[in-house]
Amino acid sequence: MRPQFNFFKNVDKLTVFLYLCLVTIGWISVYAAEISETHRSMFDFSQSYGKQFVWIMTAIVLGIIILTIDVKFFPAFSYIIFGGSLLLLVAVLFFGTTVNASKSWFHIGPIAIQPAEFAKYSTALALARIIYESKSRARSLKELIKPSLIIGLPVLLIFLQNDTGTALVFAAFVLILYREGFLPGWLLLLGIFAVFLFVLTLLMNEFIIIGALTAIFIISAIALRKKPAIVKQLFLVLIAINTYVYVVDYTYEEILQPHQKLRIAVLIDESVDIRGAGYNLHQSKIAIGSGGLTGKGFLQGTQTKFSFVPEQGTDFIFCTIGEEWGFLGSTVLIGLFLTLLIRIILLAERQKSIFSRVFGYCLASVLFFHFLVNIGMTIGLVPVIGIPLPFISYGGSSIWAFTIFLFTFIKLDSRRLDLL
Amino acid sequence: MLSPHQSSELSSRRKNVIIFFIILTGLIFIVRLYFLQVIDHRYKIFASSNIQRVLTDYPARGLIYDRNGELLVYNEPYYDLMVIPGQVREMDTTEFINLLGITRTQFENRLQSARSFSRFRASVFERQISMNTFAALQEKMFKYPGFFVQPRTLRKYPHPIAAHTFGYVGEVGPADIAREPYYRQGDYIGISGIEKHYEEVLRGRKGTRIVLVDALSREIGSFQDGRYDTIALAGTDLHASLDLELQKYGELLMQNKRGSIVAIEPSTGEILALVTAPGYDPNLLVGRIRSRNYRMLQNDTLKPLFNRALMANYPPGSVFKVANFLVGLQEGGITASTRYSCPGFYSSGGITVRCRSHPQPVNAITGLQYSCNTFSCIQFRNTIEQPKYGSMQNALTTWRDHIVSMGFGVTFNSDLSHELPGLIGSSELYDRIYGPRGWRALTVISLAIGQGEIGTTPVQLANLAATVANRGYFYTPHVVRAIGHPDSLNPEFRQPNYTTIDSVHFETMVEAMYQTVEDGTARFSRIPGITMAGKTGTVQNPHGENHSAFIAFAPVDDPKIAISVIVENAGSGSAWAAPISSLMIEKYLTGEVKRRWFEQRILEAEFLTNE
Repeated sequence: MRPQFNFFKNVDKLTVFLYLCLVTIGWISVYAAEISETHRSMFDFSQSYGKQFVWIMTAIVLGIIILTIDVKFFPAFSYIIFGGSLLLLVAVLFFGTTVNASKSWFHIGPIAIQPAEFAKYSTALALARIIYESKSRARSLKELIKPSLIIGLPVLLIFLQNDTGTALVFAAFVLILYREGFLPGWLLLLGIFAVFLFVLTLLMNEFIIIGALTAIFIISAIALRKKPAIVKQLFLVLIAINTYVYVVDYTYEEILQPHQKLRIAVLIDESVDIRGAGYNLHQSKIAIGSGGLTGKGFLQGTQTKFSFVPEQGTDFIFCTIGEEWGFLGSTVLIGLFLTLLIRIILLAERQKSIFSRVFGYCLASVLFFHFLVNIGMTIGLVPVIGIPLPFISYGGSSIWAFTIFLFTFIKLDSRRLDLL
Repeated sequence: MLSPHQSSELSSRRKNVIIFFIILTGLIFIVRLYFLQVIDHRYKIFASSNIQRVLTDYPARGLIYDRNGELLVYNEPYYDLMVIPGQVREMDTTEFINLLGITRTQFENRLQSARSFSRFRASVFERQISMNTFAALQEKMFKYPGFFVQPRTLRKYPHPIAAHTFGYVGEVGPADIAREPYYRQGDYIGISGIEKHYEEVLRGRKGTRIVLVDALSREIGSFQDGRYDTIALAGTDLHASLDLELQKYGELLMQNKRGSIVAIEPSTGEILALVTAPGYDPNLLVGRIRSRNYRMLQNDTLKPLFNRALMANYPPGSVFKVANFLVGLQEGGITASTRYSCPGFYSSGGITVRCRSHPQPVNAITGLQYSCNTFSCIQFRNTIEQPKYGSMQNALTTWRDHIVSMGFGVTFNSDLSHELPGLIGSSELYDRIYGPRGWRALTVISLAIGQGEIGTTPVQLANLAATVANRGYFYTPHVVRAIGHPDSLNPEFRQPNYTTIDSVHFETMVEAMYQTVEDGTARFSRIPGITMAGKTGTVQNPHGENHSAFIAFAPVDDPKIAISVIVENAGSGSAWAAPISSLMIEKYLTGEVKRRWFEQRILEAEFLTNE
């Protein structure tokens, strides 16, 4: 093993630059969202923005430490780290404190830590290791068992903590399974089609959809009457789709709990319960929508400052950006995220080691999922699921976990020639 | 099994699919944001309605003083509980409804009706909350977001007099709001009397303040440092021409009677007293008790809401001889020296008008002094049968024009509300009744003694007295003498209205009216030490006892007060209306009434039952 004196050699400068941009924007946004008239300093540590500064600084230190660690450490210790984080997830069920109905926090003195945030990282490590180890090139559904277990265990534990939002993040790993060939492309398309049908079912009467599909089938059957085999297959597909539509409707109407139903209902119909379940979304859209083209200006946001938007420093941080920096500012932020995501994917693709590649894709998938759900919910495209916007939202665990995640990959990438 | 080459090609395709999804998501976000932030302007409006609350500062309504600076109408503070439904959040409803003493259903209903009015504008939730409730609420207001207390004022009257003249104030209706956008739901507006006529002066100007509120409806500060705020401007005070003491005395004298007293200062047209009996306490028509009391007064058989002084349409009877003699003198039907002897009746063409016995013969002065019907009929006929008119129609029209120039048959268009014009028979009217050739002087001879197709209001009769006092002209009778400062006289009524009669003829009538009091029909009402001119009237009433009427002014050479009194169903003018006038004049000119027994007789009289 060669000695590594220059830890920062081959570090991807663009990624680091994007990271620094995002955390800075985050800090400023938390300041704008939570500013207290009596504590106007950005470095007032009694306030969230002061704390956020501390979190960012310590995160950067953590990132530098990650860069100094021997690159072989990560594949070697991935299972141990994964095991450790599973233990923490179990421990939090017994010793954790409950915040917002989720028993997912450890309180150590003034600091609150959420093990689930770190579980994403450790799951990515374990997932990378296990796919790296599966020497077989075969990508059959049988090969899917082990990766599914790796993903499933933390999801189960996080569900037990009643933290549905974070558990859903693990769905992001579907992307890496697709990339590595475990899941065929048609399955992904099928998934998208299923989501499309799902939304359609909620918007319309299920019998109209079933009727329309049946009508299409009858027309196709007449057109294809010379090929009875295809007609037969189409008939089976029709049965499957109609069953799905019916099940979705039934699930929504009968099985979903009222509060879950409302979260979906408020998305579909803007006017649903804007004082209750729809309040967050309605206020969030007002804040963003009132920003206009160029925004109201730094610290000039009225909707966020006067507390109309709930969770304005954490999950709804995008409202502050939308209100104060307008369409242009929002677009710049979205551009930064897209650049970072694509950059990570391109970096992952150039890895020699399957471990590094899978890990890179895991990082991109998780970041993408957070980006999709968080911004999507503030502008009313996705149901309200309480997960933070990476690097931007207030919160030590989130900042630390994503920084460790990102810098581990930067480290892996910087030593891509050493790792096979 | 795939070859490595195929595999890498597949991987590259998958990478591109993933990148495509990421970029697609970003683009969908940007398009959505474009719609939210740039195209759709609703959110900007939502945002301002979220944080801005427009508060109205209600100015105090102008006060009303009497001519001597005595306070007649003032404001009493009270509080309305308001609600902005859009800002109501979850709260302890049980505690809230217990504080207000309302039921849960009432709570829900009121909130619902406020919501249907507007989610973002304030509605009245509970009107005029008591001081106790206000004190209890004030401490807990922060617990009830969306509710706030709005200070308002109510009219208050220290003396329960002149209710008709003041009029009353009520909540604006949809028609008021449609007519004048100044008004908002829940505002008050003058509905009758001075309150109505001087509404724009009295109301002042509402102020608005835009304050910023946070999600819990707490006030954060003013919007843009108050750039859009307007300051409430208090209403302007009015100085009524009424004399508090005289008005009070008039109402006292008219107790248990039906009728009216109108007293005018001839040199200005200012109304010193405007009494309608029976009346009511103006404090009854205030605030939330108003509609209930209004219904009660409306159902009262004595019709206390009916403003007799301005609206009652009485035939004037002999009082009207003053006007008729003036026309006769002006038109040459008689001269000051024309004399006739009276046989105790006037009879011509089958029509007989009775007279009473009095010294003979009579002229314009003594004819009035003794109220001779014979002389009145002869002079009226002489006047309108003069050949110079050419036709009966022309003759009557000429007569009528003179009468109208004295303020009869028309309204004064003054600041008196609900004034009625009365009626003076016209040729058109008689043409309609009898046909163009179907009537002559004898047909309308009853006009000579103020009966028939003739109706006058008490204020018009008082104005006749004032016109004679002025020897030929009058100022429009009005009840508000000055606006704002007691010296800034009401500019509306500063022009004298000249009659079409020369003042020399008025001198004749002044003398006649003076003699009426000195040694005529009104001699029992002479006031020691004060010269008074007057004319009695006994109005024939087909429905019951005659109405007692009197007009007068005093002192004769420097008139300070002109008056008309009508007491319904009381009998002769000399018995009741004249003594009341004389008491009023004594009270006004000397400040006190010395003739106790004379006063006592009036106070004890009661004329309500015999209709």
